[in-house]
Amino acid sequence: MMKLLLVVGIILLAPLLGGLLTGIDRVVTARLQGRQGPPLLQPFYDVLKLISKETTEVNSMHRFFVYVSLIFVIFTTVLLLSGGDVLLAIFALTLGSVFFVLGGYASNSPYSTIGSERELLQIMAYEPMVLLACFGLYYVDRSFFVKDIIASPYPAVIFLPGVFIGFTYILTFKLRKSPFDLSMSHHGHQEIVKGITTEYSGRDLAVIEVTHWYETVIVLALTYIFFANANPFSHVLAVFACLVIFFLEIIIDNTFARVKWQQALTSAWVVTAVLSTVNLFILSYFR
Amino acid sequence: MNAISTLILVPLAAALLIFLVPNDRIRDYIVRISAIITAVMTVVVVSLYFDKGISFNYPFEKAIDYVIALVEAAVAVYIITSGIRHKKYLVSFFSFLQTPLILWFEFTQKREIEVRNAIVFDKLSAIMLLVIGIVGSLICIYAVSYLKGYHQHHVHYKVRIRFFLSTVFLFLAAMFGLVLCNNLTWLYFCWELTTLCSFFLIGYTRTKEAKQNSYHALTINLGGGVAFAIAIVYLGTQLKTIELSELVKMSPETAVLIPVFLLSLAALTKSAQLPFASWLLGAMVAPTPSSALLHSATMVKAGVYLILRLAPLLGNTSVGKVVTFVGGVTFLLCSLMAVTRSDAKKILAYSTIANLGLIVVCASVGTRESIWAAILLIIFHAVSKSLLFLAVGSIEHQIGSRNVEDMDVLLDVSRRLSLYMIIGIAGMFLAPFGMLISKWVAMKAFMDSNNILIVIIIAYGSAATLFYWAKWMGKLVSNANKQENKDQIFHKEEEIPIFILAVLVGISCFGFPLISKFALVPFLTGMFHANALVPIGTSDVNLMLLMLSMLIILPISFIPIYKNDNRRRVLTYMSGENAGDNKNFRAAMGEARRAEFRNWYIRKYFDVKTLTLWGNVVSCGILVTGVILLIGGLVS
Repeated sequence: MMKLLLVVGIILLAPLLGGLLTGIDRVVTARLQGRQGPPLLQPFYDVLKLISKETTEVNSMHRFFVYVSLIFVIFTTVLLLSGGDVLLAIFALTLGSVFFVLGGYASNSPYSTIGSERELLQIMAYEPMVLLACFGLYYVDRSFFVKDIIASPYPAVIFLPGVFIGFTYILTFKLRKSPFDLSMSHHGHQEIVKGITTEYSGRDLAVIEVTHWYETVIVLALTYIFFANANPFSHVLAVFACLVIFFLEIIIDNTFARVKWQQALTSAWVVTAVLSTVNLFILSYFR
Repeated sequence: MNAISTLILVPLAAALLIFLVPNDRIRDYIVRISAIITAVMTVVVVSLYFDKGISFNYPFEKAIDYVIALVEAAVAVYIITSGIRHKKYLVSFFSFLQTPLILWFEFTQKREIEVRNAIVFDKLSAIMLLVIGIVGSLICIYAVSYLKGYHQHHVHYKVRIRFFLSTVFLFLAAMFGLVLCNNLTWLYFCWELTTLCSFFLIGYTRTKEAKQNSYHALTINLGGGVAFAIAIVYLGTQLKTIELSELVKMSPETAVLIPVFLLSLAALTKSAQLPFASWLLGAMVAPTPSSALLHSATMVKAGVYLILRLAPLLGNTSVGKVVTFVGGVTFLLCSLMAVTRSDAKKILAYSTIANLGLIVVCASVGTRESIWAAILLIIFHAVSKSLLFLAVGSIEHQIGSRNVEDMDVLLDVSRRLSLYMIIGIAGMFLAPFGMLISKWVAMKAFMDSNNILIVIIIAYGSAATLFYWAKWMGKLVSNANKQENKDQIFHKEEEIPIFILAVLVGISCFGFPLISKFALVPFLTGMFHANALVPIGTSDVNLMLLMLSMLIILPISFIPIYKNDNRRRVLTYMSGENAGDNKNFRAAMGEARRAEFRNWYIRKYFDVKTLTLWGNVVSCGILVTGVILLIGGLVS
């Protein structure tokens, strides 16, 4: 019974948190650009409006994929926040991402197809780092379970500083922030229109937006795991770290111009290779 | 005992019968019936001996030895003469080197060695038999219908269907023998027979390219055979045994590691690892059923099977490290190269080599978990890959191309075929499916045994794997309209094996906890003389099964939604320049031009030539290091 309540609670509260974070993001971004910006709850107003609008479609196939994507992203969120297996969560998240990409392909339109190709490339760019972060956590704590990792005597980040920095680097992909927002930008001024989401409207677009809220929560939960440990105070620290990382990503988003895919792929792979290899090898030396 | 002999003899008899019957219709029935009998026999043998296993020797062992020696000599004469005739002197040389060596050994040295168990059947053999028997017979049934269509499409090739099917059955017999024999001279004989079958099937069309590639494959595999032969002679003369099970019991000293290295070398050639990988790519000129059977589902698994058997002597030994890194390099580079390919069979070939690399890594790391993963990988890979090959074969007949770029119309041509294709691809890389489960356990095992570099290599390789499969899947779902009317029908005889394989993909994913419980855990417990555990926790297994169920239920639950779909259809966004439909846009001067979408192949980044060169250099370097380490070990 408690478990069911927990699951329902996570499913309901995670998007609220994600939406709120998106709201904060928009306000902060606006201030950084010297604008007033929208109210904090604007993302919710947007989604509600999208739901009430007419939903058109270019074929009967493409909407299926975003719904399945949402379901698997929710699955990931529940798994992570209830202390489950972090690697399985990552696999489920990848499954969700692949469905999202397939949605772009299924639209069979020029811009969404390019968006899908780019999104796949981005996944290829960040996937090694995500996997290695999971394995780094496992290496330190001998368990893939979040509940075990956050119950260990020391925070994982002490042993995995390199992995953590590398992970922060690829978070920009996951949060769809500039300079790595090649496949679909939050800002409607991209050269490929809205990338994968070009052909979605109304309700379907609202679903995509909510999916992204969940994803934001997932990303921050992963950051959280690096800091939390048996010490209760560390959880406060972890929340603080998440906020710092989130703020950092907003600043990066506003500071850097979008790069070419070549730079995105190369830099992500090089950063991953250097930081995680060095970190893990040093760690294995002390074992 | 009799059941096991029958299992080997059934496909052999079928091969002979098919070769002798000239009538097409009767032959087709013989093929189907023999395939079914083979599959049933496999199940019977496995269910008879699964629990206790069985190992024995034939009372007429000598007679079998003589027959084998006779056939070996005949094959050698054939290979040497045809090698000279076609100016492939290396082939003749390799054959000239190994056959006299083995025959000399057979008739002089072997007399003193007693073979106690010539045939060993345990749980690993059972799994291999099931894979070969069931997947093999499905492919045979498919081949009957496929080859007819094949010759309608390729009228200029000489029709040699009889020869093809007969060779396939001969191959099945050899493959059964290969996984059952414990006597290394017999195993070697089966090994060489599979090489010969592969040579025949690659050269099936008798085009210049086919001939070239068949000799290339023969050269490399015979080279592996030379290593195998030397290993046998070394084992027999120095260690006084030619039983695989006895070799595995020895302690890993340098004297033992030399034959292990040679056998691993043979295994690496068979499993097409770098630097020997090129033959498998060339083998794709063969008709699709033989690619599915020999060059992805079974024959190439013989190499990893041998490495699995040798696993206790690999692990942390120098040879083990060498094999591990060769496998790792192969996995990474072949995954990267697969990204640049648009020919479906080439992608499947690269992916096969890469996955074999992964299995080689798992087997040679040699911990309980990694071997668990290796065996599961063999099962999952065989089922998913043969499904993909057969589906690609049928797609080629349907849309007249096996280029991935042309498959965007497939959904319009045949919905079922694209569904099978999607199931196969999902089986290769997506989360709740088999390959990924095994990869996960494998990486965990590498982490536990401190193989950091291997984990990093596999993380990168997996990312590339995801890229090339997902973009292929993207083409399959993109639902473009077909340009012309389809001329082909999807024959039931082709669909039934494909359908069964697709179901098997599902069954193997749902059933892997059972496979693990009843086959892998007892096998590993016996192998390591210590209790083996299931490497994945029950809660995770349940979650994965839940995900799998979701993947099945979700598409079905969408059907009622689509039933009362009354959304407004709009044109795709083409900057407002649509020329009336989704296919064309208004180009300069207002003319309608077709919009074409192409996948990314990023050839500049993952240049095949450069990667192959580096792969060969690095893997050769690793192998040479292995040789140096062995010599160093001998000296000290």
